[in-house]
Amino acid sequence: MTDIAQPALTKKDFASDQEVRWCPGCGDYAILNALQKHMAESGADPAKTVFVSGIGCSSRFPYYMNTYGFHTIHGRAPAVATGVKVANPDLDVWIVTGDGDSLSIGGNHLAHILRRNLDVNILMFNNEIYGLTKGQYSPTSPVGTKKKSTPMGSVDRPFEPAQFAVGSQATFVARTIDQDMKHMSKILKAAAAHKGTSFIEILQNCVIFNKDFYATTVEKKVRPDRTVDLTAGEPMIYGADRDKGLRFNGFTVERCAAEEADVWRPDTPSHAPTVLIAGMRDDPEMPVPVGILRAVEAPVYETGVNAQVEDAIATKGAGDLKELVYDGEIWTVD
Amino acid sequence: MTPPTAQDTSAGELPLQQLDRVVIRFAGDSGDGMQVTGNQFTRTSALFGNDLATLPDFPAEIRAPVGTRPGVSGFQLQFSSSDIHTPGDQPDVLVAMNPAALMVNVNALKKGGIVIVNTDAFKATDLKKAKCDTNPLEDGTLDGFRVIEVGINSRVSEALADSPLSNKDKQRCKNFYTLGLMYWVYSRPLEPTLEWLEEKFKGKDDLIAANQTALKAGYNAGDIRELFQGQYEVPKATLQSGTYRNVMGNQALAIGLVAGAKLAGLKPVYCSYPITPASSVLEFLAGYKNHGVVTIQSEDEIAAICSAIGASFAGSLGMTGTSGPGMALKGEAMGLAISTELPLVIVDVQRAGPSTGMPTKVEQSDLLSSIFGRNGDAPMPVVAISKPSDAFELTIDACRIAVQYMTPVILLSDNFIANGAEPWSLPDLDSLEPFPVEFTAEKGEDFQSFGRDEKLARPWVKPGTPGMEFRIGGLEKAPSSNISYDPDNHQAMTDIRHQKVRNVADSIPTPEVDGADSGDLLVLGWGSTVGILRQAVDNARAKGQSVSRIHLTHVWPLPHGLDEIFSRFKSVIVPEMNVAQMTYLLRGELPDHDYIPFNKVTGQPFLVAEVEAEIKRVLDERAGA
Repeated sequence: MTDIAQPALTKKDFASDQEVRWCPGCGDYAILNALQKHMAESGADPAKTVFVSGIGCSSRFPYYMNTYGFHTIHGRAPAVATGVKVANPDLDVWIVTGDGDSLSIGGNHLAHILRRNLDVNILMFNNEIYGLTKGQYSPTSPVGTKKKSTPMGSVDRPFEPAQFAVGSQATFVARTIDQDMKHMSKILKAAAAHKGTSFIEILQNCVIFNKDFYATTVEKKVRPDRTVDLTAGEPMIYGADRDKGLRFNGFTVERCAAEEADVWRPDTPSHAPTVLIAGMRDDPEMPVPVGILRAVEAPVYETGVNAQVEDAIATKGAGDLKELVYDGEIWTVD
Repeated sequence: MTPPTAQDTSAGELPLQQLDRVVIRFAGDSGDGMQVTGNQFTRTSALFGNDLATLPDFPAEIRAPVGTRPGVSGFQLQFSSSDIHTPGDQPDVLVAMNPAALMVNVNALKKGGIVIVNTDAFKATDLKKAKCDTNPLEDGTLDGFRVIEVGINSRVSEALADSPLSNKDKQRCKNFYTLGLMYWVYSRPLEPTLEWLEEKFKGKDDLIAANQTALKAGYNAGDIRELFQGQYEVPKATLQSGTYRNVMGNQALAIGLVAGAKLAGLKPVYCSYPITPASSVLEFLAGYKNHGVVTIQSEDEIAAICSAIGASFAGSLGMTGTSGPGMALKGEAMGLAISTELPLVIVDVQRAGPSTGMPTKVEQSDLLSSIFGRNGDAPMPVVAISKPSDAFELTIDACRIAVQYMTPVILLSDNFIANGAEPWSLPDLDSLEPFPVEFTAEKGEDFQSFGRDEKLARPWVKPGTPGMEFRIGGLEKAPSSNISYDPDNHQAMTDIRHQKVRNVADSIPTPEVDGADSGDLLVLGWGSTVGILRQAVDNARAKGQSVSRIHLTHVWPLPHGLDEIFSRFKSVIVPEMNVAQMTYLLRGELPDHDYIPFNKVTGQPFLVAEVEAEIKRVLDERAGA
């Protein structure tokens, strides 16, 4: 160790030497940019940072970060990340995944990493389409999505990612938009600060296969009236003129005047408010919620797992191989 | 062995008779505690100093309907005063707790053998449950056997008349009554089991007292010669000098994983999804946390191997364990470990397949899928355990290969090894050679993430190391670890991955030939057939047949020197519990020899007699030809 202060890293220091190979105009570029910026601003150590991904367009992400990276197999990034984090809890682990990778082929692992509350950050790029396989509907596509594999429209109902997440006992759930750098940065910062699994859904534009799927919701022009940005402790107000509000009425959310809006609480003991708020997606009359949808504290998996090892050593003493081998009833033959 | 004439009812009271070896099979309902009974008899015999081998045989159903044939649970053991290698072909004694247990097992019993039956369980309803139209105690089924009829239920009730336990709970002590009887017959001490009961039911004094009373009552029933005419003794075996313990395969394997990680200087991270018959490896390791073992019970088989891969990526020794169906699920992730060249130990406790197959029955049918069963050209070393007492050493070797060659390794066991027990001559731990891992922490001039050492292993860089950041994945990569679709690069990387695995053969010994180093016939085995093949070949040689034996512990790559060994024999018989998978492998790898497959897939191990008969058949055929 030296006493000489290291120069602060810049965004550029987090870019690898690899040529980025996403389609021109892809929302992934903005997310990569936001991440690199976040890493520099948060003073992250590239040597202690690991990006783990599955398969899909989004999952190429680790190759473009000048940190440790592991591009794994389809849907399994949470499982690989679990091993990484348990083996070395000092590493700062980020999972990059898409709507197909995390909610279709990898749904099981997503549910379980959230339930375990591993201290990692999950960035789920949701473009409601399969990009790398060239445009089939995904588990977040709305009913009736007409694509090459569903020429008559999809018939299965989509997952609402935030509902899936809180149903799996997620402790931090947020949603942001690739086009909104400022919002994205704010959410990344909050996610990084959260102890436990942070699940961030990033609405991401696939310019080739699902161009402008969010044109009527979170696109910049319509965003103020069609999106509500939820902040803990503040009233649920939206609209270009900040005149629209939301309030709970039993098991529904309803629109109201701004002054009648309920205060948003992402940390209620029950996750019911998140389920109700996230469910607004199905109603074209309601705004799409972004911001922090759930934030509670819970024990962290890798801490508990490693604490048991430490406890066992403290109570039984550090194991000697001889104790294991020469255990039980031993007899000697001369 | 000598027929157990001491139970001839006309003989009167007989003196102690010495026997060299005895095979007992305990059989009852899966709720009757037959596994406990068998394990106690095994433990007591081991402590007494016999050599022994066991074969638990139980249904996959935890509690199939009471009294039915599918619900029968059995435990066979052979204990001996001389060196033995198998649990025995045919029991000398069958203990049958009900008609179903009798009917399922009576055909296996040696002619003239002893059957001890619980007559209280042969009422009309019991017979109906066991699908017996007539009473096997009366219909001639037991002709030719010596039948000892004991009303175990009523005897247990009498013995426990003063116990405060409910009648139902009293009847659950039946197995200890039976055990007590057998302890008397074979002159075993009661103390180990009396002590075990105190430990087992600590704090439940009524249960301790009742089971101990039942055990003693069974013993005393023998002692007053009420049921038996005489007692047998199987003297201590002359085992090789050393320190011994009794061990089951899965436990020795679990200890081997701890040892392997220690010798590599790594933290062991074992990730597994429970599956019969591999689950107890996870359970044992979860009990070894003070040895620095981290265990994860994963959400599924795929997650288990993926978490193990993640642990290895982070610089620990990732390990996972499963059985057949789980291996199929792990296939894609095995490819990832091969492509990223990360060390990993994958335990496969084989069971009868395909699909769910017969979860509690033995088979060796994952050999070729272990070697080849992945998408793409995906080579991986495969090590095969033969018996509980070599599980420790071979598990360590699997760990060594994984870290020295930067590769996943499959460690094959099977249900016969996993749940079988035998005395383990404990190794001198100071003689174990460490193979400490050296992580690469600095980039030299020519550093490449997929650069190569003389074995073709790549450097292992641990995340957290400053200045070494790199990315890996399942996409084909250039030596720099960057993605590459270059045709020549893919050819070169494929060739290197293959050669690297082939190179493992440089680090493993050529197996020794047991018997003459040339002759008519060589019996080649791998895995859990070892004891049976050894006994069969010993017997054949005793008859003057020209037979030798070789046993493989490293099944992929094959060890050097086999070609030369095989060339000294006219034919090679390859007995396996699968449809000729090793034969297929040998015909491809070493094609210049005459291989004779000998296969059995009944879910039961070979009998020594079956192998002897095959040896004779082949020799006769060759002589006649």
